[in-house]
Amino acid sequence: MPINEIQTTRIPPKSQIGTLVWLKENLFSTWTNSALTAISLYLLYICLPPLLNWLLISANFSFGTVNIFGFSIQFSEEMATNSNCGRSAACWPFIYEKFDMFIYGFYPREEIWRPNTVFAITALLFISVKLIKNLKHKNKILLSFIVLYPVISYFLLLGGLGILPVVETYKLGGLMLTLIIASFGIIISFPLGILLALGRQSELSTVRFFSVIYIEFIRAVPLITILFMASNVLPLFFDAGISMDKLVRALIAITLFQAAYMAEVVRGGLQAIPKGQYEAADAIGLSYFQKNILIVLPQALKISIPNIVGSSISLFKDTTLVLIIGLMDFLAVVTGAAADKEWLGRHLEGYVFVAMVLWVMLYTMSRYSKKLELRFNTENTN
Amino acid sequence: MNNQTGSLNNGNIIEISQLNKWYGDFHALKNINLNVKEGEIIVVCGPSGSGKSTLIRCINFLEKFQEGQILVGGTELTDDAQKIRKIRSEVSMVFQHFNLFPHLTIIDNLTLAPIWVHNETKQEAREKALSLLDRVGIKDQAEKYPNQLSGGQQQRVAIARSLCTSPKIMLFDEPTSALDPEMISEVLDVMVELANEGITMICVTHEMGFAKKVAQRIIFMDEGQVVEENDPENFFNNAESDRLKLFLSQILTH
Repeated sequence: MPINEIQTTRIPPKSQIGTLVWLKENLFSTWTNSALTAISLYLLYICLPPLLNWLLISANFSFGTVNIFGFSIQFSEEMATNSNCGRSAACWPFIYEKFDMFIYGFYPREEIWRPNTVFAITALLFISVKLIKNLKHKNKILLSFIVLYPVISYFLLLGGLGILPVVETYKLGGLMLTLIIASFGIIISFPLGILLALGRQSELSTVRFFSVIYIEFIRAVPLITILFMASNVLPLFFDAGISMDKLVRALIAITLFQAAYMAEVVRGGLQAIPKGQYEAADAIGLSYFQKNILIVLPQALKISIPNIVGSSISLFKDTTLVLIIGLMDFLAVVTGAAADKEWLGRHLEGYVFVAMVLWVMLYTMSRYSKKLELRFNTENTN
Repeated sequence: MNNQTGSLNNGNIIEISQLNKWYGDFHALKNINLNVKEGEIIVVCGPSGSGKSTLIRCINFLEKFQEGQILVGGTELTDDAQKIRKIRSEVSMVFQHFNLFPHLTIIDNLTLAPIWVHNETKQEAREKALSLLDRVGIKDQAEKYPNQLSGGQQQRVAIARSLCTSPKIMLFDEPTSALDPEMISEVLDVMVELANEGITMICVTHEMGFAKKVAQRIIFMDEGQVVEENDPENFFNNAESDRLKLFLSQILTH
């Protein structure tokens, strides 16, 4: 047999795959590792049973009869009340009872179809983006979506034009308000951040100077300060007659804040682009804007996806700070709901519920960013 | 010094006079004078750090210079962005590290400049790009991404990309230096073919075989100056300066 005969591929030996091997390699590879595994298991042993007990085992699920999509499902004879629910474990009927408040805040109950329509349109948007991927005029369709979506959402949520009853902004609240603030902040700050990042790298020293000043100023100030400024200091500059909506002020403050962070994230991506890419773009005669839009930004943004999503997630969480200027976001409504004399003192259930919902949403976001990264990865695709 | 006419002087497509460039305190180019005739093929060689790359990168203004004058096709290189773009649309460059755009497919790499700079239609640009890819022998890779290709293939794509805009002048900045040895000849073959077509070429390269074969003039640079220039015959056989003799003895012993 010739020694240089090409071998066929074989599966790896059994001793290198399987659960036991995985356990040994990952949890008990060294003495320190084994000790850490033991400590972790012990901590889980201490924490997990009472937690599960509070959340599920002893918790009260007496929702009464629930109507889900036309089907009546009987959980119990009567719905639990605050007094017969007990204090030693979770009382989930509280969440069920206050569900509308958690989601819509003080939005008029008879108009709830309007935010629901917006939610539905949003979901449709995500689905349709996937569906129209192969259509011929996909860019035009996408652009019209991008222009129409905010207009329609605004009109549906706040009403006006004599067609839909007007809903004042202070009635917006709950998860809906959190989503509005977060998505507005993330979407509008994105292009602003890109412009600031490019400004910071600009060859024009005035542009560079102002970009640096803006970014460094905003980044040195906590969001809570900026919110306070927008809410309390800004009105002092206007005449007494002019009043700016509280929500608008919060939106502006959050967008300006996030733009500075987005700029730094994008700058990180810009700096990772090799000099040769700029030179090649210059050498073929592209203008400044063509170079950035066609060559530099697509690559820089691709590298920045994890950080963009990370920054967006932290903004999402930071929006809960708007409660200090009196907006009733998802977190703030817990206090409101638990202040109802029927359900006094059920904060804990509320906070746990809010935490779980936020976790599911934010974890989905971070998983989605992983997918995006893979999709845009044209390098190393051998 | 204020020669700013639009027509060519004595058929010189590039005229460099009294060019000086500094990187900080380092005097990188010293009083360079060089005229290139239309269709001429020039090889620039010299030890590393001698300023040869800097010189050709001044011609399409990738490097700014502090003193002197460069006329390309009769247009003077100044800070004027409009003029620089005009010159760059007529002067193509092939880089040592290819500098293909990794987020675009091969065909998109090629059609980018024709579509965005020369306002060609997608269809025109695509047809031309495919025929150029065919010429450099990689038409079947058109829909792949640069990183899926070997170094030699990438450099051939880069050459095709710089040909896409039908340039008057091609600048080669050590096009084979970053390649594995077995891939050098495939790139040089393409370059020889180009040279035979009458396009003006300035190549910075250490490939002396290539220089002998196609160059009409070879320029030897050292420490930021043009030390010697001659036709290949005399360049290799009758070197005048000691520095060139030393350089040749080092480079030709292999």
